[in-house]
Amino acid sequence: MLREITLGQYYPVDSVIHRMDPRTKLLGTLLFIISLFCADNIWGYGAAALFLAAVIKLSRVPFKFMVRGLKAVLVLLLISVSFNLFLTSGQVIFQIGFLKITLEGVRTAAFMALRLIFLVLGSSVMTLTTTPNELTDGLEKGLGFLNRVGVPVHEVAMMMSIALRFIPILIEEADKIMKAQMARGADFESGNLVQRAKSMVPLLVPLFISAFRRATDLAMAMEARCYRGGEGRTKMKPLRYQKRDRVSQVVLVLYLAVMIGTRFVS
Amino acid sequence: MSIKAVNLTHIYGEGTAFEQYALRDVNFEIEDGQFIGLIGHTGSGKSTLIQHLNGLLKATSGELYYNGENIYAPGYDMKALRSKVGLVFQYPEHQLFEVDVFSDVCFGPKNQGLKKEEVEERARKALELVGLDESFYAQSPFELSGGQKRRVAIAGVLAMDPEVLILDEPTAGLDPKGRDEILGQLERLHRDRGMTIILVSHSMEDIARYADRLIVMNHGEKVFDDTPRNVFRSYKELESMGLAAPQVTYIVQALRREGIPIDDSLITVEEARDAILSMVGLKTGRTEKKQNA
Repeated sequence: MLREITLGQYYPVDSVIHRMDPRTKLLGTLLFIISLFCADNIWGYGAAALFLAAVIKLSRVPFKFMVRGLKAVLVLLLISVSFNLFLTSGQVIFQIGFLKITLEGVRTAAFMALRLIFLVLGSSVMTLTTTPNELTDGLEKGLGFLNRVGVPVHEVAMMMSIALRFIPILIEEADKIMKAQMARGADFESGNLVQRAKSMVPLLVPLFISAFRRATDLAMAMEARCYRGGEGRTKMKPLRYQKRDRVSQVVLVLYLAVMIGTRFVS
Repeated sequence: MSIKAVNLTHIYGEGTAFEQYALRDVNFEIEDGQFIGLIGHTGSGKSTLIQHLNGLLKATSGELYYNGENIYAPGYDMKALRSKVGLVFQYPEHQLFEVDVFSDVCFGPKNQGLKKEEVEERARKALELVGLDESFYAQSPFELSGGQKRRVAIAGVLAMDPEVLILDEPTAGLDPKGRDEILGQLERLHRDRGMTIILVSHSMEDIARYADRLIVMNHGEKVFDDTPRNVFRSYKELESMGLAAPQVTYIVQALRREGIPIDDSLITVEEARDAILSMVGLKTGRTEKKQNA
């Protein structure tokens, strides 16, 4: 019942996007997000849509998996759309009582919605094609220069990969605990807010205890294998840029140039 | 009064890349008062199956009847079903959460909406059934030993006064003494109160000793459903599924290969001992068997 979370769920197929260096994908996602904020007219959004569609096609991940990530932001989407729709001043095209819709409102709302949807889809492409481990590897290597200014990049990356690794485990654990308590007649779904918050206690107490137990065990296992931080640590599969990464980086820069270019098309 | 499964099928992750049959057309009927062993290799679907019996999982297709009523019928009271069919999960750590043992056992009956006195009465009775006396009531459930935690977990379900008790590997990770105590208590519940018991186990010895019917699952399908004696005769098939028969069965088979005409349906140590002793012409030790049971 808790399994419907896409963000951070790797979809295992073999594609160009899957094989790409995680640093390229991180850079790509970043540039894509920046490019979305460059777009301010139909041409800009059109170009972004085309680019996104091409990447999704290349990734060979079924589109419905991407859409699942959208469910999470649906409420945010609705709120921002209705705010923009009703609260933008300008040429009125429709009015009931105090609610009025303006032409400018429709435009901003539509663009806002597109921007949010593209944002979520774009980052879903990255999380669906990159395993959490690759992702943190990429972050660690890509941000390695921060080490020189005293940021413990390796430790932060290690913490992130452990946290990511444990999310599915804890979800599964929570699922089991919920079932064990439901077997004893616990009810997690009905009641008012206070009752519901109270009904979480039988779920959260065993979950926290198990998280602490797992943390102790993991720390022990890491120390048993002589882990002592990032210093002098080597990798079995060090990240190296391949030809496809160089190509994609060029494509990305071209794409960003096009997106900036669309601002001047009227 | 029974549990009846008709073409029960469950698919995990239907419509995704990870689609997997966990149960495939499982049919059976469980009469009241049976002691059933359920075995299967890891991932054979036995855990999925037992979670259907109290409605925690809903079958993808097929029907499940409890006392003749279809539990998937609209408006069926799942909460009532869960207090009739008690399910004890493998790890007591998944359900213990209260500050002391007594309030933890009270959780189930409290959810049934009983009065405070009745809740406490039920909890006291359940703890007595699993052999925990009043000195445990005020202890934190997290400070108990593995076996004691299991017993508190079982008491937590027994306090709901179920008609059927399902246990998922209640003896995994316990020392031999803890295991014998828990199984002995289950046996008493079955014998004295006529409770239907479904025991999921990896220990063929335990199944051989306690169960009067054995269901074997493999790749989501029911492959055997018979008395343990008959099932263990097909020990070669069991082995091909990653299972085995009790050790004694192998000794008996080895003896038969050596040309000793011993009955091949013996599945417990006591039976085999008695058979061997009577063959060499000695009196059997009936009294000891009672003590072990």
